Amino acid sequence: MTVRVGVITFPGTLDDRDTQRAVRVAGLEAVPLWHRDKDLKQVDAVVLPGGFSYGDYLRAGAISRFSPVMESVIGQAKAGMPVLGICNGFQVLTETHLLPGAMLRNNHLHFICRDQKLRVENAETAWTRSYEQGQEINIPLKNIDGRYVADERVLDELEAEGRVVFRYRDVNPNGSLRDIAGITNEAGNVVGLMPHPEHAVEPLIGTGRTDGLGFFTSILKKLVDA
Amino acid sequence: MTLDTIKHAEQTPDVQQPWAELGLKQDEYERIRTILGRRPTGAELAMYSVMWSEHCSYKSSKVHLRQFGEKAPENDALLVGIGENAGVVDVGQGYAVTFKVESHNHPSYIEPYQGAATGVGGIVRDILAMGARPVAVMDPLRFGAADHPDTKRVLPGVVAGIGGYGNCLGLPNIGGEVVFDPCYQGNPLVNALCVGVMKHEDIHLAKASGAGNKVILYGARTGGDGIGGVSVLASETFDDTKPTKRPAVQVGDPFQEKLLIECTLEIFREKLVAGIQDLGGAGLSCATSELASAGSGGMRVELDTVPLRDASLSPEEILMSESQERMCAIVEPDKVARFLEICEKWDVIATVIGEVTDGERLEIFWHGEQIVDVPPRTVAHEGPVYERPYARPEWQDALQADDANKLPRPATPAELREQVLKVVSAPNQASKSWITDQYDRFVQGNTVLAQPEDSGMVRVDEETGLGVAVATDGNGRYAKLDPYAGAQLALAEAYRNVAASGAKPLAISDCLNFGSPEDPAVMWQFAEATRGLADGCLTLGTPVTGGNVSLYNQTGDVAIHPTPVVAVLGVIDDVARRTPIGFADEGHLLYLLGDTDEEFGGSAWSQTVHDHLGGLPPKVDLERERLLAEILISASRDGMVDAAHDLSDGGLIQAVVESCLRGGKGARIVVPDGIDPFVFLLSESAGRAVVAVPRSEELRFKDMCGARGLPAVRIGVVDGDAVDVQGQFGIPLAELREAHEATIPGLLA
Repeated sequence: MTVRVGVITFPGTLDDRDTQRAVRVAGLEAVPLWHRDKDLKQVDAVVLPGGFSYGDYLRAGAISRFSPVMESVIGQAKAGMPVLGICNGFQVLTETHLLPGAMLRNNHLHFICRDQKLRVENAETAWTRSYEQGQEINIPLKNIDGRYVADERVLDELEAEGRVVFRYRDVNPNGSLRDIAGITNEAGNVVGLMPHPEHAVEPLIGTGRTDGLGFFTSILKKLVDA
Repeated sequence: MTLDTIKHAEQTPDVQQPWAELGLKQDEYERIRTILGRRPTGAELAMYSVMWSEHCSYKSSKVHLRQFGEKAPENDALLVGIGENAGVVDVGQGYAVTFKVESHNHPSYIEPYQGAATGVGGIVRDILAMGARPVAVMDPLRFGAADHPDTKRVLPGVVAGIGGYGNCLGLPNIGGEVVFDPCYQGNPLVNALCVGVMKHEDIHLAKASGAGNKVILYGARTGGDGIGGVSVLASETFDDTKPTKRPAVQVGDPFQEKLLIECTLEIFREKLVAGIQDLGGAGLSCATSELASAGSGGMRVELDTVPLRDASLSPEEILMSESQERMCAIVEPDKVARFLEICEKWDVIATVIGEVTDGERLEIFWHGEQIVDVPPRTVAHEGPVYERPYARPEWQDALQADDANKLPRPATPAELREQVLKVVSAPNQASKSWITDQYDRFVQGNTVLAQPEDSGMVRVDEETGLGVAVATDGNGRYAKLDPYAGAQLALAEAYRNVAASGAKPLAISDCLNFGSPEDPAVMWQFAEATRGLADGCLTLGTPVTGGNVSLYNQTGDVAIHPTPVVAVLGVIDDVARRTPIGFADEGHLLYLLGDTDEEFGGSAWSQTVHDHLGGLPPKVDLERERLLAEILISASRDGMVDAAHDLSDGGLIQAVVESCLRGGKGARIVVPDGIDPFVFLLSESAGRAVVAVPRSEELRFKDMCGARGLPAVRIGVVDGDAVDVQGQFGIPLAELREAHEATIPGLLA
């Protein structure tokens, strides 16, 4: 069976081609999706890649959230389709309220690009089944608006329900509350994180590690198991 | 105010015109009158003044730059040479690579963020205009003293501007330089390089041919920003007595540029353009006159159709505006509809503003009235050419006689240790990661090597692993001591860096940063540096494909050090064979390649320990550089070395420290017999590299060096968690890391 993963391009999306490559490296079929097009082309899962959609003008993710394609994504996500938001994609997902909380400017006020160690806190979501609970992975992080915030009640709820999926290890690179790097919704099909798994799928490229590949193989596992 | 039409100009020959305020000299203004047979209109005067500025016309440098063509080495790889938006090089497998380095020095001092940001934007559009997808950027930067208060204003702004723009475009920033020297106080150098990749058949040129073809302006609206920006700013010396130049700096919108890139690439894919040019310095004046000059006919433009951000702009201002994120395309009439459709898809404004004619004139109209009627070549290519007087400055002899080799040297191993730590932690040798971590180096998913590696390397083809490597280098201190040798040392270092990564150097681009050409001493430095570079390129077989000259980098009568920055592009058949700098495997043997002499003129040690600049720079031996490069490339291809690092400022010890910190392993170093430990560790002789050789490959590697006649001395082994120089000193890696990495954040964070 061929698993089809849609990759959305908004105006200003940067990592769409990288994400398509990562999907292919994992042995899945990448389907480009265009922001103006509501048609999701019968994909089995959707990735919202990183970048600066609409230049991050107004607020990161704030304008993309209203694009026609997002109407379909929101509907499908609520029906259980696996959706992954990476960096700017995560910001879009919080803007749609598919995921709670928001991202503020990094506490040191600079863009930061580094190899970031993460701990997998939940290996049961649609996008993390290829990992072990507690496993540490190293993938690139690159953003200026990466500081995850939410009110105490939401944070407590996320913790209590096991919905913190990734936590920063060694260094909290942006001041995110409770070292949160990524979260999921209640059903575990929608995941958002700031670091970039799609940049860590080939041994020679980027950090030289393939720790990010598990995101994309997880989706295969999830769909085959289902 | 009446519109200054051609008719009006003919009727009012004696009107006083502001040619001097626009930067023209009396004889230049007279020449315009002779060319036109009348006085120019206001619009024509605006066009000539920006196009004949130093920045656009190269009027002071042209006579020297000709050598790059005259002495160009035979090179089959060169597909497009000097004169286009950027040069293009064949890298094999049907791919072509275009690259160029440019300056945005003056705007970046006045308004660091926007100056640097639009520097990135401009060079990216140059690369795009050739038909290529931009795949990487690099930034050679130079600032005043690291601890000077104004550096804290300029540097963070420049870095944030480069990051803010480049990161938002999705271009990995894979290298460059950061250098501090008091000579750049008030005149920081912000150079920007872009690399683009295309297939041979996708090469596009800037020309307007085919009568009836439409001229389409697309991208951002034209505003009042940057009117006469590049041309005015970069063609004058800063002077406290004049009003502030801030209104002449352009403002960038990287989101618009990202849309422009994707839109243009889609237009290329559908083969919709007959000619294309980006709008940079001198804006529409430059684009229309250059396109028309390069084509077979003339051009007619309806200037009032240009979409404006500010409806009150005059035609002269529209012609001079340097608003960013604009391109100009020549499109056959039956392709216009599809062209506009693609622009609409990407939310890019596109407007037909004119057409190619079968005449020979560039004609521009404003609401039906003609305001420009000129032969385009006289604007774009037949500007003034100056034979500026030049003379070796009288202080040059004294400077060279002030021999750095005679400076007091460390007397004990403890003193040597202390001075080594001083060198590796000085701002120029310290880790620049606080700066480079503000740039995205991963985007596009093809980055194989990025700073602090010797070169930046990106994969071009996913199937075959074909890749390209680029390194930029320049050393103003060396060039001040001897501009001819200094330019060659910059070339040699960039060439060596590319080879150390395993790539074969193919071609160069240069950014020549100097003081005022009106000073004969500066002009001599320029003449010497260009001569050195042209001779060097001939010897190494690497042609100059294009670049940029930045003059007037001086405040009052104090010029910067002559600073030729050289970018070398290389190709590697399979990026899996690249050589990183890090010593990562214990037990690997360290070999020093090349000869070490006592050479401290212009060295990091002389600067750091003695605050001294004098003597002669290291000797240049380009045949040796070529041999070293061949060995490094062979060793990479055949898997004989696991790490390699070129030796440059800070000498051997700097390279060893960087490689150890990068790989996370220590090294035990043995000083060979017959050489002074201080010279061994800190001399900056050129033509050298240090490599890590697996024991299994030692024999083969030694034999290869021996057979080819390259000196190769075993100097130690990768081992432990300290850099230990036997009989001298040891420094734990943790202490080195602290010294090397804390400096820049300590000064700037």
